Amino acid sequence: MAEAILEVRDLVKHFPLTQGIIVKKQIGAVKAVDGVSFDLYRGETLGIVGESGCGKSTVAKLLMNLERATSGQVLYKGEDITKLSGRALKAVRRNIQMVFQDPYTSLNPRMTVGDIIGEPFEIHPEVAPKGDRRRKVQDLLDVVGLNPEYINRYPHQFSGGQRQRIGIARGLALNPEIIICDEPVSALDVSVQAQVINLMGRLQKEFDLSYMFIAHDLSIVRHISDRVGVMYLGKMVEIGDDEQIYEHPTHPYTQALLSAVPVPDPESREHRERIILSGDVPSPANPPSGCRFRTRCWKAQDKCATEVPLLAVPERFKGADSPAAHESACHFAEEKDVVGAA
Amino acid sequence: MTTLEKAGPEQTDATRTAPLLEVRDLHVEFHTRDGVAKAVNGVNYSVNAGETLAVLGESGSGKSVTAQAIMGILDMPPGRIPKGEIFFRGQDMLKMSGEERRKIRGQKIAMIFQDALSALNPVLSVGYQLGEMFRVHQGLSKKDAKAKAIELMDRVRIPAAKERVGDYPHQFSGGMRQRIMIAMAMALEPDLIIADEPTTALDVTVQAQVMDLLAELQREMNMGLILITHDLGVVADVADKIAVMYAGRIVETAPVHEIYKAPAHPYTKGLLDSIPRLDQKGQELYAIKGLPPNLLRIPSGCAFNPRCPMAKEVCRTDVPPLAAVSDTRASACHFWKETLDG
Ligand SMILES: Nc1ncnc2c1ncn2[C@@H]1O[C@H](COP(=O)(O)OP(=O)(O)OP(=O)(O)O)[C@@H](O)[C@H]1O
Ligand SMILES: Nc1ncnc2c1ncn2[C@@H]1O[C@H](COP(=O)(O)OP(=O)(O)O)[C@@H](O)[C@H]1O
Ligand code: SF4
Ligand code: SF4
Ligand SMILES: [Mg+2]
Ligand SMILES: [Mg+2]
Repeated sequence: MAEAILEVRDLVKHFPLTQGIIVKKQIGAVKAVDGVSFDLYRGETLGIVGESGCGKSTVAKLLMNLERATSGQVLYKGEDITKLSGRALKAVRRNIQMVFQDPYTSLNPRMTVGDIIGEPFEIHPEVAPKGDRRRKVQDLLDVVGLNPEYINRYPHQFSGGQRQRIGIARGLALNPEIIICDEPVSALDVSVQAQVINLMGRLQKEFDLSYMFIAHDLSIVRHISDRVGVMYLGKMVEIGDDEQIYEHPTHPYTQALLSAVPVPDPESREHRERIILSGDVPSPANPPSGCRFRTRCWKAQDKCATEVPLLAVPERFKGADSPAAHESACHFAEEKDVVGAA
Repeated sequence: MTTLEKAGPEQTDATRTAPLLEVRDLHVEFHTRDGVAKAVNGVNYSVNAGETLAVLGESGSGKSVTAQAIMGILDMPPGRIPKGEIFFRGQDMLKMSGEERRKIRGQKIAMIFQDALSALNPVLSVGYQLGEMFRVHQGLSKKDAKAKAIELMDRVRIPAAKERVGDYPHQFSGGMRQRIMIAMAMALEPDLIIADEPTTALDVTVQAQVMDLLAELQREMNMGLILITHDLGVVADVADKIAVMYAGRIVETAPVHEIYKAPAHPYTKGLLDSIPRLDQKGQELYAIKGLPPNLLRIPSGCAFNPRCPMAKEVCRTDVPPLAAVSDTRASACHFWKETLDG
């Protein structure tokens, strides 16, 4: 088995809900992330999918310690990032970088591209001595396929795809081991998405990077991921390699999610069984007891309201030499024929 | 069910056999500080009752501007329509009086916008806004209009419609708001609905709910539907025919089954090729090179020529006409035959 570079254990983030202006009283909490565990292996791409608000970005920020975890651990080479601060945190952050979703707002409009990409060197001057920085930045521009002469331009002079490349160049500046990508291509047009995805693939090989890739486009996630985790309402509900998740999902939510993805082939219209979920995602401030998916699950039974299903290989598949034998948090996990995303 | 008298001249044979809506050689330009932006440069498409036309194109290709011109809600100035015709049941709407157009808009043609939150009035209850359609257009009393509003909310499957009719837009989820927009568009049982990226902001499972609903209501009322989207999956799922836009022109139109099998324009082919496919996992995606053109400086000849792998000299000098490929297909490419043959 591959070596885990990041081990996430029982990670929890609750955002307090308060009332009152002068005397703040906590009246509850948004349970954005509520006990999530997974490993990120060296050199792999772990895709994370799930609907808006399920906690993907919050997990990403917790991994960088940009948000303080309520509880749980994020072990980087055995060291718990959530407990670090000051210089020790700074040292770890050098190795874990992030690329954000929105190429239009994540770059400071008043800084030149050179300053944006070189900014990490200000925080970590040991990586590039002052005299060396300009050349380094130009190298980075070159690596991501931008003209090094653009170094003095401003973000608004670039297209969305080019801005995303600038964000990636910045993420690469400190030679990190891990890059956490939060919807890196979602804001881009189809024809430009492919360019950025290809770039990320090339960089991964060249620099031996581990990616955590958050996205809502399930076919893109499948294309680039070695493993995929599915989140629902603050929980990881299923995780496995891409074939296990896409061809042999055993969790009803994953099955519904995959069946909802429109397939770009009109011939498949007639032969598809689509699971249309009823209702909306419940509020993370007040999640259902037991299994959080039960309010929308067509298989829910009494047990689902009382017992929280754990993320584990289901008993019935344990030891089986079957792609269904992967971790799934459902009391009644089983395969179902759905024509999923290609 | 509309109780109003027929507006406009008597129906003639021509108006009876004409398509529900036909756009002919439409041009729209915007006069900006930097020059004239040619947003729409000769759009031709048509849709019949009961039919779904998908308009596919990247952002900035002129999809929404065309729709705004049809609805008569273009910002003029800076917008201008130097040329073109928009026939609704055989009558050119661009030649109608403001009064005549207003009658058609809302009652005969309705529009659904991408962003429901900004399309709905935040300070009025959803029930009031729905009821307004009936009060203004059908002169219903407040009480009857409210009953109608509840009925509509029921119909688009808003749970507990009776209790929620007084709620404000921000109190609903994104999917519910989009369903309320659909309800509003449906209220007067129009002949044609223009839906501008109605599900782009939604999660796939919610998208599936909304598209399902839209298709069902369309079937019931035998409406024409113009669905604007950049999602090849959504198109394959619901469209009867498709019009592909690039730099303000229709570059290809075809029945949906045929275009996915064999595109007759290199841009369409490029879009289809850049969809991640299973057998390509781990390999580079096909990517259309370069960027969409700047509308202030559209390339001469074929606007796609700087990005086209098939471009020849003639492409840089001569604008390719929208040529008939078959009775039901057309392509604006000098080399459509070669493209079609693969
Ligand atoms: N600073 C905060 N204070 C309070 N609640 C928050 C905060 N940040 C996030 N949340 C809530 O936590 C939940 C998870 O949010 P998160 O941004 O992680 O979702 P996501 O999965 O990234 O969604 P999306 O796909 O829309 O980006 C949401 O209910 C969100 O409203
Ligand atoms: N009010 C306006 N003033 C100036 N330019 C505009 C205006 N509205 C749209 N445009 C321009 O027209 C082009 C086509 O826009 P649009 O139809 O919205 O594209 P899309 O295909 O993404 O819907 C874009 O370049 C856009 O910036
Ligand atoms: S545990 Fe129960 S409610 Fe949850 S997904 Fe499984 S069957 Fe559905
Ligand atoms: S006309 Fe020429 S440049 Fe344009 S799409 Fe056809 S081959 Fe390509
Ligand atoms: Mg997010
Ligand atoms: Mg638009």
